[in-house]
Amino acid sequence: MKIRMVRRDAASHLAMVGAPVLALVLTALCSLVLFAALGVDAGTALHALLLKPFLTWYSFSEVLLKMAPLLLIAQGIAIGFRANVFNIGAEGQFIIGAVCASAFPVYFPEGDFPVMLPAMILAGGLGGLAYAAIAAGLRTRFGASEILVTLMLSLIAIQILNYLLLGPWKDPRGFNFPQTVMFPANAQLPRLFEGVRPNISLFFALGASLLAYLLMERHFRGYQLRTAGLAPRAALYAGFSTSRMIWLSLCIGGLAAGIAGASEVAGPLAQLQRSVATGYGYAAIIVAYVGGLRPLGIIASSFLISVIYIGGDSATVSANLPIAAVEVFQGMLLVFYLMTFTLIRFRFEIEREAPA
Amino acid sequence: MNALEFLLSGTLAAALPLLLAALGEMVVEKTGLLNLGLEGMMAIGAAIAFICVYHTGAHELGFLAAAAISAALAMVFAFLVVVIHANEVAAGLAIGVLGLGLSALFGKSYESLTITGLPELGLPILSQIPVIGPTLLTQDIVVWCAILGVVAIWYVLNRTKLGLIITAVGENAHAARSIGYPVARIRFAAVAFGGAMCGLAGAYASTVYTPLWADGMIAGRGWIALALVVFGTWQTGRVAFGALLFGVLSLGELTAQAIGLAIPSQVLSSVPYIVTILILVVISAQQQRRQ
Repeated sequence: MKIRMVRRDAASHLAMVGAPVLALVLTALCSLVLFAALGVDAGTALHALLLKPFLTWYSFSEVLLKMAPLLLIAQGIAIGFRANVFNIGAEGQFIIGAVCASAFPVYFPEGDFPVMLPAMILAGGLGGLAYAAIAAGLRTRFGASEILVTLMLSLIAIQILNYLLLGPWKDPRGFNFPQTVMFPANAQLPRLFEGVRPNISLFFALGASLLAYLLMERHFRGYQLRTAGLAPRAALYAGFSTSRMIWLSLCIGGLAAGIAGASEVAGPLAQLQRSVATGYGYAAIIVAYVGGLRPLGIIASSFLISVIYIGGDSATVSANLPIAAVEVFQGMLLVFYLMTFTLIRFRFEIEREAPA
Repeated sequence: MNALEFLLSGTLAAALPLLLAALGEMVVEKTGLLNLGLEGMMAIGAAIAFICVYHTGAHELGFLAAAAISAALAMVFAFLVVVIHANEVAAGLAIGVLGLGLSALFGKSYESLTITGLPELGLPILSQIPVIGPTLLTQDIVVWCAILGVVAIWYVLNRTKLGLIITAVGENAHAARSIGYPVARIRFAAVAFGGAMCGLAGAYASTVYTPLWADGMIAGRGWIALALVVFGTWQTGRVAFGALLFGVLSLGELTAQAIGLAIPSQVLSSVPYIVTILILVVISAQQQRRQ
């Protein structure tokens, strides 16, 4: 007797929502056990992790601040993932975006450059796009795996960042810290509310979500991308150009990550520093998958992951939980999501001996 | 000790974690899978090994525990990818993040504690040779074992039936299945082996090379190992050579000093990744031409 997995023709909407919810519940349960094993009061920890972010306006605003880059990057790369183009180097495109945007305030530290902010955002977006385009070029021209190329480019991007911060871009009056000058006021994104940090980059992210929805669910190009992912052969027979799908996927992902990087230095950081590379590019991969690679789902999952980031911060204080718990939570969430998702996409049949 | 002597004595040890992790991943990739979770598997191995050695003082136990825990984490990947056919990129990254997080969680209360490493053993007679004797030919026991391990892996992959089966599974899983090889079981075993090797690599990093635990101590070596497999074009000898080369480069500034060049260390640190991209392009272009 063998158990056979049979792919369902279509997953129901209930199932699409059910998978991430079930994954979240399983993750929470496993975390409880893990935290208890570590001698942390599990109830307090979970309370801090999942509820505290909602209890004050300040902490909720921090959730929105985190959500902007995660949402923007995830929407961009999810488009590629659906077309089977795996841009896992969003971290690098994010860093290059931040670097390109920082060039303006670094060379015009008094803010004496017209259209400072638009120039920064544009430079960031184009920088990220160009960086991802390297992978697209190598994949379409030579067939080099975009998975490995984008990954290697991310590691190179960190070295570029280090080089600039330790060398030419270091703030001469910065006590030798690896960071640039503080950006002038006109190089900082307007904030949304008085007294808290979320800025208009949240609108970039929500706008990108709308565009992603229109592209993937309403536009013929989105249909081509989805076909390339689900049935590459069919896409080929239909005459959809594979290399165009690859270029499109990587350029959109790079553009989104680059804008997110620019918004980070023009937003909460207000300077280029090493901490710009905190792993948003990798976390966004988790966000994209847990969101089911769908624009609407990604809005929800980016919110959830942001809540866990901010909750994790507060749990370090109130429950004495190491900050690494956030990573553990993210990792478990993706593992469980991949499991529950499969359970939903497939039926399990018990295979009997076939009649001779 | 001048810079050259330092390089001679330090390169093998610096290369070792890269070598072990890369050889493990090479076997995984030979069966047609790609596990991106190396960094996390190395980290959890490093943390567990340190904790184990701190409490027992026995390095053997540390290495064993590290291999076991990392193999266990790798099995999660194998389950996701081989059994339920989840996306392997996502699955690899998931266990990578999970391993990194768990390592930091478990290792938290062991930061800033110290243990003793392993003594260095000179090869009999050979270690009397001037210059290279006390440097290159005086290494700890793990280095000597690893060199034997490289030979063993080369032998199994290139001179045994098992090696042929592994290659067959990777190159044409469908055909391998039709002639009766248990493809899923072989892939499972390869992934577990890859995980165990990452665990050993992490254990070496945290209990011998620098006998301490710090969060983030793997510091990208998992990604370098991943690059190394491509650099070595999936061949044992070349991967081993690449590990030495990347090991030298990882000693960045010292190397620059040794060869008397004034280039920023970031350029040297980027070289492995740039070369890896170039090699990947060349290999892929060749494959394209053949088809």
